[in-house]
Amino acid sequence: MTNEVETKLITGNEACAEAALVAGMRFFAGYPITPSTEIAECLARRLPKVGGTFVQMEDEIASMAAIIGASLAGAKSMTATSGPGFSLMQENIGYASMAEIPCVVVNVQRGGPSTGLPTLPAQGDVMQSRWGTHGDHPIIVVTPSTVRETYDWTIKAFNLAERFRVPVVVLLDEIVAHISEKIVYPKDAEIEIVDRKITERDPSSYLPYENTDSDIPPFAEFGIGYRYHVTGLCHDETGFPTNDPKKVDKLTRRLNRKIERYRNEIIFYKESFLEEAEICVVVYGSAARSAYRAVSDARKLGYKVGILHLFVLWPFPHEALSKIAKRIKFFVVPEMNLGQMAHEISCATKQEVVKVNRVDGGLITPVEILEKIKSVQL
Amino acid sequence: MFNYNKYLRNDKLPHIWCTGCGCGIVLKSLLRAIERSKIPQDEIAVVSGIGCSSRTPGYLDFNTLHTTHGRAIAFATGLKLAKQKLKVIVVTGDGDATAIGGNHFIHAARRNLDLTVVIYNNYIYGMTGGQVSPTTPAGKRGSTAPYGNVEPAFDISQLAIAAGAPFVARSTCYHAVQLDKYIHKGIIKKGFSVIEVLSPCPTYYARPNRLGNVVDMMEWYKNNSVQIGVARNKSVQEMEGKITIGILHDTERPEFCEVYRELSESIKKQLVK
Ligand SMILES: Cc1ncc(C[n+]2csc(CCOP(=O)(O)OP(=O)(O)O)c2C)c(N)n1
Ligand code: SF4
Repeated sequence: MTNEVETKLITGNEACAEAALVAGMRFFAGYPITPSTEIAECLARRLPKVGGTFVQMEDEIASMAAIIGASLAGAKSMTATSGPGFSLMQENIGYASMAEIPCVVVNVQRGGPSTGLPTLPAQGDVMQSRWGTHGDHPIIVVTPSTVRETYDWTIKAFNLAERFRVPVVVLLDEIVAHISEKIVYPKDAEIEIVDRKITERDPSSYLPYENTDSDIPPFAEFGIGYRYHVTGLCHDETGFPTNDPKKVDKLTRRLNRKIERYRNEIIFYKESFLEEAEICVVVYGSAARSAYRAVSDARKLGYKVGILHLFVLWPFPHEALSKIAKRIKFFVVPEMNLGQMAHEISCATKQEVVKVNRVDGGLITPVEILEKIKSVQL
Repeated sequence: MFNYNKYLRNDKLPHIWCTGCGCGIVLKSLLRAIERSKIPQDEIAVVSGIGCSSRTPGYLDFNTLHTTHGRAIAFATGLKLAKQKLKVIVVTGDGDATAIGGNHFIHAARRNLDLTVVIYNNYIYGMTGGQVSPTTPAGKRGSTAPYGNVEPAFDISQLAIAAGAPFVARSTCYHAVQLDKYIHKGIIKKGFSVIEVLSPCPTYYARPNRLGNVVDMMEWYKNNSVQIGVARNKSVQEMEGKITIGILHDTERPEFCEVYRELSESIKKQLVK
């Protein structure tokens, strides 16, 4: 890293791996799967050089388990996978939510269900990333659309995981992962790195799951004198299993409130040309690449259209959408699935949305979005 | 006399186990072995999966991690690799380690990471009410084998040896003194060590199979266990239905943390040049 501006031509997967190292990630466990494998390959080369550890596990269940174990030892940890592997990780993602272990899970989406389309893009894991594991649980999901954004949002993903003690999912897709783009690296001084808050208590008064004002219990890593219990069972403040309805209720609500109450600090989106717009294209991930072009072309043709580009999908920006909905007549939602976000957007805006969907392994083209913009009857 | 209180979270007792359960015997043996190892309390982590046996860590005053069913070894792998000064001990059941967690078990043995795995083998799924496990002997009953188990059983220790574990020992809850010794040896061994303990589940194994109470189970362990030295000179027919106990395998193999550290250092040296 440098204080000079450095430019390079790299892929999204490489950007993700490099950014993770900048964020301080020193433990990676994974299992190869297209289109995510280059992340593992890059880290297998890089981690031993920086004193970190790379381990190829026997499957994705083990990979997820290993990064939780490493995080409990104090390491920033990550795994990377695609749809089938992401499905296998779900039980332990729930464990990380329940036991409040910070970690980052990169899911480079491909066509599904099942083995689906290994080498082609999709955005079909939007709902799975939110609700894939059972039970009411906290999770944060971010999704970049360019190589530089992948770099930035991978670092942000670690920061969010550390700050809130949650698993954070980075949703890439085959396009962002494999495209090579010129990236201008941020200067060191421009990069914010957040580390988990460490307890100030001494071991005798430490409560690993203490109900604090912030709702985020301070952390103590294993092996430094704080001998406590961690479990995926519902637990009390000491970390010990409990069935006491009051304690269980308190825990479950705190776990979820921990993200809900900070939603405005987590949510991030960009608005373009929305001031005078009557049509709003809501978009995220690779589909945004086409949407910007389509909107620019439509505006040249005189359409009053703008973009709401989401970078954080969960927590979902309900408030922003319902506010925008007051001035917008039509919402157009391009996504490489059959309308997973369209449904959420429709709930938030209380409007029918115009969907632009592809599930054939192809990127939605600017023309397809433009045609939909033209077709809405203002 | 060694005072167990040193290592117990007494405020978390009483435990959840049935009267006569072997889990408590293994717990105490584990504590004696840890005491003998002289490893500082803060540097010990005990990791488990899900099951009656996997409830052990909750009662122990170490860094304790109760994970998901079958995944204890995988969690322990991350923990150990990220903090190598920790002595990581895994406690797990026969179902946890060899059914749902079977893949992690054999791969950890192959990888030879420095973990000590104590497997409480009660031939049954205790926690969920007595369904058959991969170690239930053929013909024995479980709630999911009401007419007797139609599948053959795994020999956990042989599985561990075949998968590459450099230290493998087997004992029973009757042979507690030996068990202490094996767990202690496993703890000080650099590498993946497996200690299989035959442990009574009077509630869901003995009762449905009319094997009597826990005293009868202990008698059975006593009368049917054969020390490895003796067993080696017996024929297959003579060993039919018997359990071989003792240190079954003890060898040296490069340990994963060390191999990785050496690799890492040699790469860094090349970078400096
Ligand atoms: C993924 C998953 N599947 C099933 C279960 C239910 N379950 C809990 S414990 C257990 C079996 C435990 O048997 P064993 O490992 O032999 O331990 P024991 O209770 O006999 O000590 C099962 C099937 C679970 N908790 N998680
Ligand atoms: S069910 Fe069996 S293994 Fe579980 S506590 Fe009771 S006796 Fe022990």
